[in-house]
Amino acid sequence: MASYLLKRIFWMVPLLVGISLISFFIMHLAPGDITTSEASFNPKASEESRQKLRALYNLDKPVIVQYGLWVKRMANLDFGTSFASHQRPVFWQTTDKDGNVTLGMIQEALPITLLINVLSLLLIIGIALPLGVVSALKQNQLADRSITMFVFIGFAIPGFWLALMLMYWSGVQHSWLPISGLESMGHESLAWPARLWDTLSHLILPVFISGITGLAGISLFVRNGMLDVLHQDYITTARAKGLNENKIIYGHALRNALLPLITIFGLSIPGLIGGSVIAESIFAIPGMGKLFYDAVLMRDFPVIMGILTIGAMLTMLGNLLADISYAWADPRVRRGVM
Amino acid sequence: MMMPTKTTRLIQLWLVSFSVTLISACGSTDEGDKQTSGPDFNMAYPPSAGGTMVDAMTGEPSGLIAMIAGESAASAIAGNIFNSLLKYDKNLDLSGELAQSWDVSSDQRTITFHLKPNLKWADHQPLTSADVMFTWLKVTDENTRTPYGSDFKLVSKAETPDAQTFKVTYAAPYAPALDTWAGLHILPKHLLKDQDINNSAFARNPVGSHYYKLTEWKNGQYLKLSRNKNASQGQAKIDHLLSRIIPDKAAQFLELSADNIDSMGLNPIQYARIFPSRADLTKNIGLYKELGNSYSYMGFNLKRKPFDDVRVRQAINYAIDKQEIIDGVLLGLGEPVASPYKPGTRWSNPSLKPYPYNPSKARALLREAGYADTDGDGILDKDGKPFSFEILTNQNKEREMTAVLIQRRLKEVGIEVNIRVLEWASFLGRFIKPKQFDAVILGWSLSLDPDQYGIWHSSQQAPGQFNFISYNNPQADKLLEAGRLELNPEKRMQIYHAFSKILLDDSPVIYLSAGYGLSAIHKRVKGISNPAPAAGIGHNTYEWHIPKAYYRNEMNDQ
Repeated sequence: MASYLLKRIFWMVPLLVGISLISFFIMHLAPGDITTSEASFNPKASEESRQKLRALYNLDKPVIVQYGLWVKRMANLDFGTSFASHQRPVFWQTTDKDGNVTLGMIQEALPITLLINVLSLLLIIGIALPLGVVSALKQNQLADRSITMFVFIGFAIPGFWLALMLMYWSGVQHSWLPISGLESMGHESLAWPARLWDTLSHLILPVFISGITGLAGISLFVRNGMLDVLHQDYITTARAKGLNENKIIYGHALRNALLPLITIFGLSIPGLIGGSVIAESIFAIPGMGKLFYDAVLMRDFPVIMGILTIGAMLTMLGNLLADISYAWADPRVRRGVM
Repeated sequence: MMMPTKTTRLIQLWLVSFSVTLISACGSTDEGDKQTSGPDFNMAYPPSAGGTMVDAMTGEPSGLIAMIAGESAASAIAGNIFNSLLKYDKNLDLSGELAQSWDVSSDQRTITFHLKPNLKWADHQPLTSADVMFTWLKVTDENTRTPYGSDFKLVSKAETPDAQTFKVTYAAPYAPALDTWAGLHILPKHLLKDQDINNSAFARNPVGSHYYKLTEWKNGQYLKLSRNKNASQGQAKIDHLLSRIIPDKAAQFLELSADNIDSMGLNPIQYARIFPSRADLTKNIGLYKELGNSYSYMGFNLKRKPFDDVRVRQAINYAIDKQEIIDGVLLGLGEPVASPYKPGTRWSNPSLKPYPYNPSKARALLREAGYADTDGDGILDKDGKPFSFEILTNQNKEREMTAVLIQRRLKEVGIEVNIRVLEWASFLGRFIKPKQFDAVILGWSLSLDPDQYGIWHSSQQAPGQFNFISYNNPQADKLLEAGRLELNPEKRMQIYHAFSKILLDDSPVIYLSAGYGLSAIHKRVKGISNPAPAAGIGHNTYEWHIPKAYYRNEMNDQ
């Protein structure tokens, strides 16, 4: 087990280098850099000054040299500082000589996005599991059909439209929920239960929207997995020997049907750190999606690379975790792999 | 199997309630009249100090040192925190801000600024000419990451004879100098002298000298400014300015409808269509429009045939209906322009009129230039080549719509137009810089100084410079040079009026429109000049006030 793990982790290093190299070059294929943003198309900003900026950011050097500089910094686990956001550290906070702490951009955006994505993943599982099971048990009956239609409506509905409608209904017409943002004004002055509710109430709509649009995949996956298992011989055997139907479904069928879900969840770990640009813009949530999108528009290379690198690492970790949990959950795999 | 059945019923119930939710969300707009029971915001109150005004911005400032941040969100916030030596008053004339007065020497090369007495930073430290000197040194420093240094590098000598006097000498008279000093925020030397200005924590925790100081900045959420009790320029009325970062305009609009924010910028559809149809909104929210210092245009690549022929350019100018563009794209919320200067200001030549829409004149000019439809396909041709060109623009809805209207009008006179929309960086990098385009639709957003040397002078055509249309007229060059040397406003005005006339006759670009800046401000905010003076409604924000009766109850913290 330990040697298997070590081997897997060892192979992540060259993979990471390869991913970062390709990302770096693709990023530089896009025309423009930080000095060519629309805001800098201003006669007050002279071409000479832009050249000076390019030199200060090493953007005048060949791409391979820039990559070398980046790798050198990364070797010290230094993600660098943002071009566009006044030299803010990309990943983690720094403290200057006067003790002023500047928070890292990913450090701030990641927990928010993670919280929303974990909550919506929990919501999805909480709803999709029973929906999928019911669908499978009532295959082709009214319940199955309405569930399928419902999850597909959720899948097909434009998220931004639904978001705006719900914001209008619950925020403007009824003042039940806040419309956008993460905290109300004066959040700090509230007692902790009120603060908790304040934060939660801001999260309800974003979590609901990303949950409703993600239901279809998981619930259909559960439904089909369930149907597969229910037709297996061992289920027939179990029924034949007169086992309680609940025990058959929840004790035997469901557990086996859930195995492939481990892979799906493993693969969704990197997705957890990626926010949706549209949802984050509409709800004014300063998360990872908006951070990445803005960085791409501004050609803020250190931020782009920082997010891609962390994304790549998490993807590989996710795969590893999925494999390990698979082995843990399924004795057949465990014996085969280790 | 009890449980699945129950779940099914639950789900069915939920499905029904969900669709009801959706329907009611779409249908009943008049249900939201809970605000009608609120106070009447149309009453007049004497000015009083206090209150909080909340506005919304789409982008977050990257820092509050404007010379480094550069984006409009940063300038908007930093403008409340920092002072410049000079400012533009409500009629767009220069007046002193930190400077009480200024003298220009007889050879027009030296400007002496006399600072107001007893100026103070928000942290009680005195603000002196040493701070001005420090700021000038920083903006011209090779290691400062600012794109705005070049204007200040023209200063050959800067001196501080005493704590109240700052004196700059230019190698040659430079008329835009005063404007540049009106745009440079003076920074405190005592806080920044040992710092690297490029990554100083000061940018997120600034100390200035203006009406407000930054009290809180929640990344990605809001910036809160509070009254600077030490402001040397007097005291503003409103206690706190809170700027929330809400990237999406529709979400801003919902927040405004729910009375969570007091002001936002509007687009023409919101201003001209949505608000007039919503009495529940207009009851409490005032709408304002002001002419900005920007215009949109279609520019030709003058190095390419047939745009090197002035008759062709004029013909296209006659063939385009500008009023149609203003009505169709801006919903009437704009003005036609005939010069690159804001209409109504001193620099705009009142005797110039935009090219009227006149397709027959356009056809005549094209005939004169040698174009005729010889093969009868509806498209003019010359030497066997059809008159067809491509309009490039960036991803901007208004510009895209403008391009379509132009396409149709030019087709009527026999010119085929293709439209290509590009992402900004590739638009700039692949087409503008190497001059690989026929025509572009773009806009200029300009400073208040009339000097546009960088845009029109024939020496400014290198890749990356701003005369990318390659305009070259020796007469215009001469006027542009003269305008930079003349500091007398009256004489300078004559120069730019003559320059605008040449530009209009040459038609190297077609002025399409100058759109209004549109904003909505809650009526609890009083003291706003309407209609807006030349400088716009924002010229007297420090006089705006919120009567106590209108405070939001959740924000009466003092």
